Amino acid sequence: MGYPYSHDLEVNTLLSRHFGDEKARTLEGWKELGGYATLPRALEMEPGAITEVVKESGLRGRGGAGFPTGVKWSFMPQEPTGPHYLCCNADESEPGAFKDREILRWVPHLLIEGCLIAARAIRAEHVYIYVRGEFFPFSRIVTDAVVEAYEAGYVGENILGSGWNCDVTVHIGAGAYIAGEETGLMSSLMGGRAEPWIKPPFPAQAGVFGRPTTVNNVETLAAVPMIVAEGADWYRQWGTEKSPGTKLWCCSGHLVRPGTYELPMGIALKDVIYDVCGGAPNGKKIKAVIPGGSSTAMLTADELDCEGTYEGMAEAGSALGTASPIVMDEDTNIVRAMRRIAQFYAHESCGQCVQCREGTSWTAQLLHRIERGEGSLSDIDTLYHLCEQMTGRTICPLADSVVFPLRSSLDKFRDEYEALIRC
Amino acid sequence: MSDATNYVTLTIDAVEVKVEAGTTVLQAAEHAGIVVPHYCYHPGIPSRPAQCRMCLVEIEGQPKLQPSCVFPAQDGMVVYTTSETAETARKSVIEFLLLNHPLDCPICDAAGQCMLQDYAFETGQLRSRYAEAKLVLGRDRVADDILYFGDRCIVCTRCVRFMEELAGDNALVVAQRGHKAYIDTFPGKDLDNAFRGNIVDVCPVGALVHEDFVFKARAWDMDSSPGICPGCSTGCNIDINVKENQIVRTKPRLNPDVNSYWMCDHGRRHLVMANRGVRAEAPLIRVDGELEPASWNEALTWIAGRLEAGDGAAVVSGGAANESLFYMRGLLSELGIDGGTFRVLQGEEITLPGFPKLKLRADRAPNVTGAELHGFKRSDELADVPDGGVLIVLGDALADAPADYGANAGFFLCVGSHLYPAMVNATAILPMTSVLEMEGTFVNYEGRVQRFHQALRAPGVARPAWMSLSRLLEHRGVGEGVLDARAAFQTMAAGTTGMDNLSWSGLGLRGELLSEAGQPAVAVE
Ligand SMILES: Cc1cc2nc3c(=O)[nH]c(=O)nc-3n(C[C@H](O)[C@H](O)[C@H](O)COP(=O)(O)O)c2cc1C
Ligand code: SF4
Ligand code: SF4
Ligand code: SF4
Ligand code: FES
Repeated sequence: MGYPYSHDLEVNTLLSRHFGDEKARTLEGWKELGGYATLPRALEMEPGAITEVVKESGLRGRGGAGFPTGVKWSFMPQEPTGPHYLCCNADESEPGAFKDREILRWVPHLLIEGCLIAARAIRAEHVYIYVRGEFFPFSRIVTDAVVEAYEAGYVGENILGSGWNCDVTVHIGAGAYIAGEETGLMSSLMGGRAEPWIKPPFPAQAGVFGRPTTVNNVETLAAVPMIVAEGADWYRQWGTEKSPGTKLWCCSGHLVRPGTYELPMGIALKDVIYDVCGGAPNGKKIKAVIPGGSSTAMLTADELDCEGTYEGMAEAGSALGTASPIVMDEDTNIVRAMRRIAQFYAHESCGQCVQCREGTSWTAQLLHRIERGEGSLSDIDTLYHLCEQMTGRTICPLADSVVFPLRSSLDKFRDEYEALIRC
Repeated sequence: MSDATNYVTLTIDAVEVKVEAGTTVLQAAEHAGIVVPHYCYHPGIPSRPAQCRMCLVEIEGQPKLQPSCVFPAQDGMVVYTTSETAETARKSVIEFLLLNHPLDCPICDAAGQCMLQDYAFETGQLRSRYAEAKLVLGRDRVADDILYFGDRCIVCTRCVRFMEELAGDNALVVAQRGHKAYIDTFPGKDLDNAFRGNIVDVCPVGALVHEDFVFKARAWDMDSSPGICPGCSTGCNIDINVKENQIVRTKPRLNPDVNSYWMCDHGRRHLVMANRGVRAEAPLIRVDGELEPASWNEALTWIAGRLEAGDGAAVVSGGAANESLFYMRGLLSELGIDGGTFRVLQGEEITLPGFPKLKLRADRAPNVTGAELHGFKRSDELADVPDGGVLIVLGDALADAPADYGANAGFFLCVGSHLYPAMVNATAILPMTSVLEMEGTFVNYEGRVQRFHQALRAPGVARPAWMSLSRLLEHRGVGEGVLDARAAFQTMAAGTTGMDNLSWSGLGLRGELLSEAGQPAVAVE
C-alpha cells in the first residue's frame, strides 16, 4: 500500500506529509525536505523554554493515555545530579494500532530530531529508542538513520558545535506487548523481564538505571520539532482546547478504506469511519466499533457521533487511546471477537499480578466455552465478577485493558452472549 | 540518621497505631496486632514488587485498593483491612490462585503450614466456579536436594528474589509469562548455592520441598524446638523439627543479630546427620580389665574414689556447651591439671552477600569462643598423654583418634555421647547427651551467648555433661551437683570472666554479648 491515502477531508498533513516518499528516509533527502532545521534553534534555547512551548501547545501523549507532554517533562529534575534518560516508546503492539511504525519506516529522521529536542528539554544526554522486537525491518531503517545522523554531527558529541552531547541507541525489544508499558519497557531495557513495576518510584524520579527518565511515544516525539519550530499557537489551530493538534488514526476492520490517516483532533468518530474510511464494505451495516485500540470500550453503531478527542471519547464512555478504531460489521460474532481480544491479553500478561495472570486466561477460556455453545447464564455473572476484580487491582492497567471491551460487550451485546448460551 | 525520629499516627480497623514515618501500612498493622494476608512480601527480602495483590486494603481518600506492603503509613490515615471491598478482593485473589491449583493438601508437605491453605480456609469458598481444565506442570528438580511442585506454585517470586537479592546468584528465574509462568533454573546454570535451602523456607506454599523431607512428616506430627545450629561458629538460630525422636527438618529462626531469617545448607545437612552414630547409653567402669555397665551413683562414686591429682591431660570439644566446659574446668582444677586443648574442623568460609553477617564460618563448631573463654586452647593435634597420668576427654573429640590413644594413661575418663574406637582404652565412660538432647548455651564467633533448648530425647541414661561433672565434683566434696540448666548457667556466669553480666532469662531467644572482659580476641566483623 502506498501513501498518501486520499480522503475527502481537507487536512493539512504534518506528521504524515512524507509518508510514502523514499527520499524522506535518507539524511540527504530529509534535509532537502526541510529536516533538521529546528534542532539548531532548540540548541540555542534553554531547556525550560522548550518544555514551556510544548506545554503551551497542549500536546498530549500519543501512547494512549494522553498525558500532557510538557507537564510530563517538567517533572524531570531541573538541576541534574547525574544522567537523565529519554526513552522513545516504539513498542507499538496494541491490537488495532499501526501508526508508530509508519513514522519509524518513513520519517526516521523526524523522530530522531524530535528525540534530540526532547532530550535537550529534559536535560538527557542519552536517548533509547525501544523498538518492538517484531519490527525488524523498521528498526533497521531507524538504525541506519541514527548512523547517518551520527556521521553528520546531529547526534553524538558536541552536536552542531553547541558543546552539547547526546547519544541515541536503538534497542530491539523483547517481543512482548507488556514491554510497551513504560515501566515494563524500562525493566526490559535494563536487561530484565519486561515486568512493570509499582509506582513510586515514578520514571522522573528513578527510571532507567535508577535515573530520572521520561518515556514518550513515537508519535508524541515526532510532533515536537514542528511545535518548537512553529510555536504553540500554530499547533493549536487544529483540534480542541484540551486536545490540540493532529492525530494519526489507525482504522481497521470492516472498512472500505482501512489505513493510517492523519486527521485534526476533534473530528467526529463517525466521520472517520464513514467519510474517511468509506464505512463497511458490501453495503453492510456496522455493528460495533472499538475506537481506541483493543483496550477501549466498544461503541455501538448508534454511539459513533462523538468527538474524536481525549475528552470527547471519554464522554462517550470509551477512550481515544491510540485512535485506532476497529470496526465490526453486522456479521461479526461479538463473543468470538471478544474471546480473541481476551486471548491476546492472556498471552501478553506478564504474570506478576494474580488478577491479571489468572483473570485474563480464565476470561479467555470462559468466552471460548460460551462461543462453543457450552456456556451457562451464570457464566455471564462470572464474567461481570471478573470485570470487577480485574479493575484497578493490579500493578499496571493491562488487566483493566481487557475489562473495557469485555464489560462494554456484555452491557451492549448481552443478547449475543445469551443466544450462544441458549442455542 | 537523625535522632529525631518522625512518627505518624493512623487508624487501622479502628485501632490507633503510632509508627515511625516510612513504615508501610502492612507493618503498621502488624504493630496493631492485625495481620494483613500477603504472599510476595517477605520481611527478609528487600524488594517489594507488590505483585501478589493479596495485601490490598481500603484507605480513606484513595479511589483504589492499595497494596499495604508498599503503601507508606501517613498521619491521620484511616485504613480498613476487612472492609467489604478489601475482603472481596482478597477472596477473589484466593479464587484466582486456586484455579489451577491441584488442591493436593492431603499429600502436600506444606499442609498445616501453608499460607494458601490458611487463607483459603479463612475465605471459606467451598466450590470453584472454574469449569475449565486445570493447567498441569508436574514436578521438577531445581537443585540436587530440592523439588519444585509447579502446580502448587503461586509465582510470588520470593524464591527468585531470595537467590538474587540475598544469595547474589541469579540461578533461579521465572520462565514463561502470564498464567504459564513457572520457576526454573536459568538455562545452563545449576542451583548449587550454599544457601539455596532458604528458598524452601520462604516459599509460602508447598511448591519447593527438600527432597529428604518429601512425604516424611505432617506439620502436626512434628515437635519444634528453638535451637542453635552446631554447624559452625556463627551459631544460627534455628527451629529443629522432630518426629519420633528423629530430626526431620531444620528451619532458620529469626535473629536479626545473627542470621536474620536464614541459615546455610551445611548447617541443615549437619543436623540431619545428628540422627546417626553409635551412642554411649550407660555409664561404664573398668572392672577386672573389662568395661562393665554401672548405675550413675556407682560409677560416680567409683570414679571419684580413684581419680588422683597429678600429671594429666584434657581434651574437650568446641561443640560442647559452656556449662559442660565450665564443670570440666572445675574438675581439672580439682585435679591440679592446667590447660586442656580442643581441635576444630576447618572448612571454606562462605558469606551470604545480602546479609554478610551470616557466614558459614571456617570454624565448624558452635562453641569455639566458649571453649577459649573457659581456658581451653585450640590445637591441631590431640594432646599428648603423660604415661600413667590422668586423661579426661569431653565431647566428640575422639571421632578420628588412633585406636591406641589414651592406652598409656593411668586413668582415662571419657565423657562422651558417641562410642569411638579409642574409647576401648578408657577407664570409665560417662554417657553424655548430645547438644540436641539438652539445654545449654554456646558463645558464637562475636561473643554472643545463645541458649538452645532440648530437641531430642537422650538415649539410655545419658546426661548432660554439666550434670554428671558437677555431681562427680560433689562426690569429691567440691560444691553441689546441679540438676537443671538454669542453675548450671548461673553458677557458671557468676564464676566466669565476661559472663557476670548475663542472666539465664536475659538471654531469651536472641542471646546477649559477653561483657568486654570476655570478648573474643578476634575483631568483631
Ligand atoms: C499494557 C500497556 C501497553 C502499552 N503499550 C504501549 C506501546 O506499545 N507504545 C506506547 O507508546 N505506549 C504504550 N503504553 C503506554 C505507556 O505506558 C506510556 O504511557 C507511553 O509510552 C507514554 O508516552 P506518551 O506520554 O508520549 O503517550 C502502554 C501502556 C500499557 C498499560
Ligand atoms: S497487570 Fe498484568 S501485565 Fe500488568 S504488571 Fe500485573 S500481571 Fe503484569
Ligand atoms: S516456588 Fe514458592 S517461593 Fe517460588 S514463586 Fe513459587 S510459590 Fe513463590
Ligand atoms: S552458617 Fe554456621 S551456624 Fe549458620 S547454618 Fe550454617 S553451619 Fe549453621
Ligand atoms: S504482599 Fe503486597 S502485593 Fe504481595
